[in-house]
Amino acid sequence: MKQRPALDVGGLPLHGLGSASPTWWGTLAFMLIEGTGFALVIAVYLYLMSLAPAWPPEAPPPDLAAGTMVTALLLASVVPNLLLSRWAAAGDLRKVRFGVVLMTILSSAPLIVRAFEFAALNVSWDTNAYGSVVWLLLGLHTTHLLTDLVDTVVLAVLMFTRHARTSRRFGDVQDNALYWNFVVVTWLPIYVCIYWLARV
Amino acid sequence: MNGTEGVRHPRGRDLPPEERERRLRRIWDPPRGILGALSVVDHKIIGRRYIATAFVFLALGGVLAALIRIQLATPEGRLLGPDVYNQVFTVHGANMMFLFAVPVMEAMGVYLVPLMIGTRNIAFPRLNAFSYWIYVAGGALLWIAFLLDFGPDVGWFGYVPLSGPQYGYGKRADIWAQMITFTELAALAVAVEIVVTVFKQRAPGMTLDRIPLFVWAMLVTSFLVIVAMPAIMIASSALILDRLVGTHFFNPAEGGDVLLFQHLFWFFGHPEVYIIFLPAVGMVSTMLSTFARRPVFGYLPLVMSLITIGVLSFGLWAHHMFTTGLPRVGESFFTASSMAIAVPAGVQIFCFIATLWLGRPVWRPPLLFVAAFVVTFTIGGLTGVMVASVPLDSQVHDTYFVVAHFHYVLVGGAVFPLMGAIYYWFPKMTGRMMSDRLGAWVAALVFVGFNLTFFPMHVLGLQGMPRRIYAYQPELPWGGLNLFVSLASIILFAGFLLFFVDVVRSAVRGAPAGDNPWNAPTLEWATTSPPPSYNFDGIPVVTSANPLWDDPETLPVATGLRVDRRELLVTSVQRAEPEARESSAGASIWPFLAAVATTVMLIGSIFSPWAVVWGSLPIAVALVGWFWPKGAPEDEA
Repeated sequence: MKQRPALDVGGLPLHGLGSASPTWWGTLAFMLIEGTGFALVIAVYLYLMSLAPAWPPEAPPPDLAAGTMVTALLLASVVPNLLLSRWAAAGDLRKVRFGVVLMTILSSAPLIVRAFEFAALNVSWDTNAYGSVVWLLLGLHTTHLLTDLVDTVVLAVLMFTRHARTSRRFGDVQDNALYWNFVVVTWLPIYVCIYWLARV
Repeated sequence: MNGTEGVRHPRGRDLPPEERERRLRRIWDPPRGILGALSVVDHKIIGRRYIATAFVFLALGGVLAALIRIQLATPEGRLLGPDVYNQVFTVHGANMMFLFAVPVMEAMGVYLVPLMIGTRNIAFPRLNAFSYWIYVAGGALLWIAFLLDFGPDVGWFGYVPLSGPQYGYGKRADIWAQMITFTELAALAVAVEIVVTVFKQRAPGMTLDRIPLFVWAMLVTSFLVIVAMPAIMIASSALILDRLVGTHFFNPAEGGDVLLFQHLFWFFGHPEVYIIFLPAVGMVSTMLSTFARRPVFGYLPLVMSLITIGVLSFGLWAHHMFTTGLPRVGESFFTASSMAIAVPAGVQIFCFIATLWLGRPVWRPPLLFVAAFVVTFTIGGLTGVMVASVPLDSQVHDTYFVVAHFHYVLVGGAVFPLMGAIYYWFPKMTGRMMSDRLGAWVAALVFVGFNLTFFPMHVLGLQGMPRRIYAYQPELPWGGLNLFVSLASIILFAGFLLFFVDVVRSAVRGAPAGDNPWNAPTLEWATTSPPPSYNFDGIPVVTSANPLWDDPETLPVATGLRVDRRELLVTSVQRAEPEARESSAGASIWPFLAAVATTVMLIGSIFSPWAVVWGSLPIAVALVGWFWPKGAPEDEA
C-alpha cells in the first residue's frame, strides 16, 4: 500500500514513565497473577478450616512474636519505599542510590525474621492438612520476599554502573517499588489467616 | 531533549524508501545461524513456531485417538492392554488441551495481534521467546515419558486419590502435574504479553471501539488465563507436594479433602473451555465480516458477550462436580449460571447469522469452516444446556454422552474456526494461498466425518457406555455403534490428513498471495505477505474500525520513528493517543538459557524438593543475564 504521512511522532519521549510504560503494565499483570494465587491459597485455607471439627487441629496456634515482627518490619519499609519511588520519578540519582541500598537492607530484615516464623508455626507441613496449608502460605510469600530481594540487589548494583542514568532505569526502580508494596500488602491477609484465624 | 537527538539519529521520514527499508531490516531482521535461531524474538517467527509445534501435537494426539478407535471398534479389543490404554486416553486428553488447544490459540494471538493493531513486535518479546521454549519442554516431557511407558495414566484432570501418593505409583502423575506447570507458565507469559500489547501498543487512533474483534477476544482470553491458570498451578503443585514431601492437602485421613482438588481443577478447567473458545469467536467474527463483505453485525453486543462470557465462566466450575454430592443450593446456583452463559453465546450466534444474512457471502474455504462451526457448535451448546441440569448430568456423567458433548464444543467450537483461520491467514504468514478446491474437501470431510463419529456417542452414552473403558463385553449393546463410530472416524482422519497435505503443498508451491488476497479490512493486510521483520514501514494511523475498506489504496501513517534502534509507538489505553517512542528488546540467547535452567529445576523437583533450591541458582543467573543492560541502543533513555 502507498503511505501517506498523517502524524509526526518524532517529538515524543523515548520512554514513558508510569502508565505510559509497558513494563509498568506488565508488573501489574504479574501482580494480578500472583494476587490470584495468594487469594486461592487463602481460599484453600478457609475451605480446609470449614471442614475441620477443630481449628487448628491437634496443634497449638502459631506463636505471634515472629510473624508480628515481620508484619511491623514490612509495614515500616513502605515509607522509605514510597520515598524511593518518588525520587526515581524525579530522576534524582543520588537519592535513588541511597534508596536502593536502604531498601536492600529493609527487605533483607524481614526475611531473616521470617526464618523464625516457620518454627513458630508449631506444626510441620506433614503433620496434617492444616500444617500443609500454613506452610504453603508462608512458603509462597517467602518466595516473593526472596525474589524481590534478589531483584532489589541487582537493581541496586545496576544503579552504581554507567547504565543507571536513564529514565528507563528510574522506571525499573519505580516498578520494583510498586512490586514491593504488593508483597507487603498481600502479606496482611496472610498474616491474619495464619495467626489470627487460628485463634478465633 | 529531542531537538538535538533528532539530528544525531536519522528518522525514517528523512530517508528514501529503499534506504529506509535497508536500515529497518538491519536492526529488525533476526540473527542468523543456530545461535541466532535460538535467540529470535520476532513475534511472527515465534508465533509460527508455536503454531507449527501445536499442530504437531494435534497430529500426535490424533494418532492416539486412532488407537482408541481401533481398540473400541469391536468388543474385547486386543490392541492395547488396560495399562497402556489408560496412558493413551490420558495423554490424548492432556495433549489436546494443554499442548494443542490453548497454545495454538495463544500462538495465533502471538502472530496476529501485533499485526492487527499495527505495531512492530509484541510487548516483552524476550518473554515470548522464553514462553515458547518452556512450552516445548513441557510437551517433550509428556511425550518422552509416554514413549518410555511412564506416561500419566490418571485422566486429563488427574483426580485424587487416583493421582495421589496412595494409588498413583511411580512418577506418572508427577509427569502430568509438572507438564501442567510448564504449559501454564508458558500460557501466563503470553497472556501478559497480549494484555500489554493490546493496552499499550495499538496504532494511534485505534480507540476501544475500533479494536478488531479477534484482538478483543484475545484480550478477554488473556485475562481468563491470568485469573484461571494460578488455580491449576496450585492444584498441581499441591499434588506434587502431597506425593513428594508428605503434605496432606488431599488426604482426608489428615484433614485434607479430595474434592478440594476438583474445586481447584475446575475453577481453572471451566474457564479453560472459554480460553479455547473465545479466540475462536474472534476468528469467526473476523472471517465472517471479510467474506460477508460487510462489517460484522452487532460489534458492541459481540464485545459485550465476550466479556460477559469471560466473567460468567468463573461461576460455573462446580457443574463438573454435580455427582460429588454438593449442597443443594450450590447445585441450583451452578445450574442457573451454566444455563445463563448460553445467553451471551446465543447472542454471538445470532450476530453471526445476521452478518451472513445481511451480507453478500463469498463461499471460500474459511467461510465453509465458519458454517461448519455454527452448526456443530450449536449442537454442542444444546447438549451443554442439557448437562447443566443436575438430574440429566447425574444420568450421563462419565459416559460417552459427555465425550460427545465436549468434542462438539471443542472441535466444533474451536478446531473448525481454527482450521478456517489457517486457510484465512496462511497467505499472510507464508505469502502463498492454500487451495480452494482442497479446502472445500477438507471442510466437507472434517464436518461430515466429525458428526458421524461423535453424534452416535450421545446415543452410546445414553445407553450407558462409560468413558475410559479399554474394552467392553460382546453381550453389551454397544458393538454396532462403536464399529460405526470407528469407521466414520476414518473420514475425519482423512480430512485432517488432507488438511496437512494442503498446508505442506501450499507452503511449497501455492499461488502467490499478494498483500490483501481477501480484500479484508484489518491492518494485518496493509503490509506485505509475509510481513517484513518490522511489520510496518510506517506505523498505521487508524480512523475507523475497518481501515482498509475506507481507503484500500493509501495507508495514513505516523512518521518520526528512528531507524537505528528497534522503536515502536506506545499509546494510551483508551483512546490510543501516542505517548512515547518506546524501544523493543532485541534478539537474545538468555531467554533460551533461562528456559533450559527452568526446565532442569522443574523436572528435578519431580524427584527431589532440593532441586527447587539448587535449581533456582542457574535460573537467577540466567534472569540477571537476560535483564542486565548491554549498551544496546534499545536501552537508551
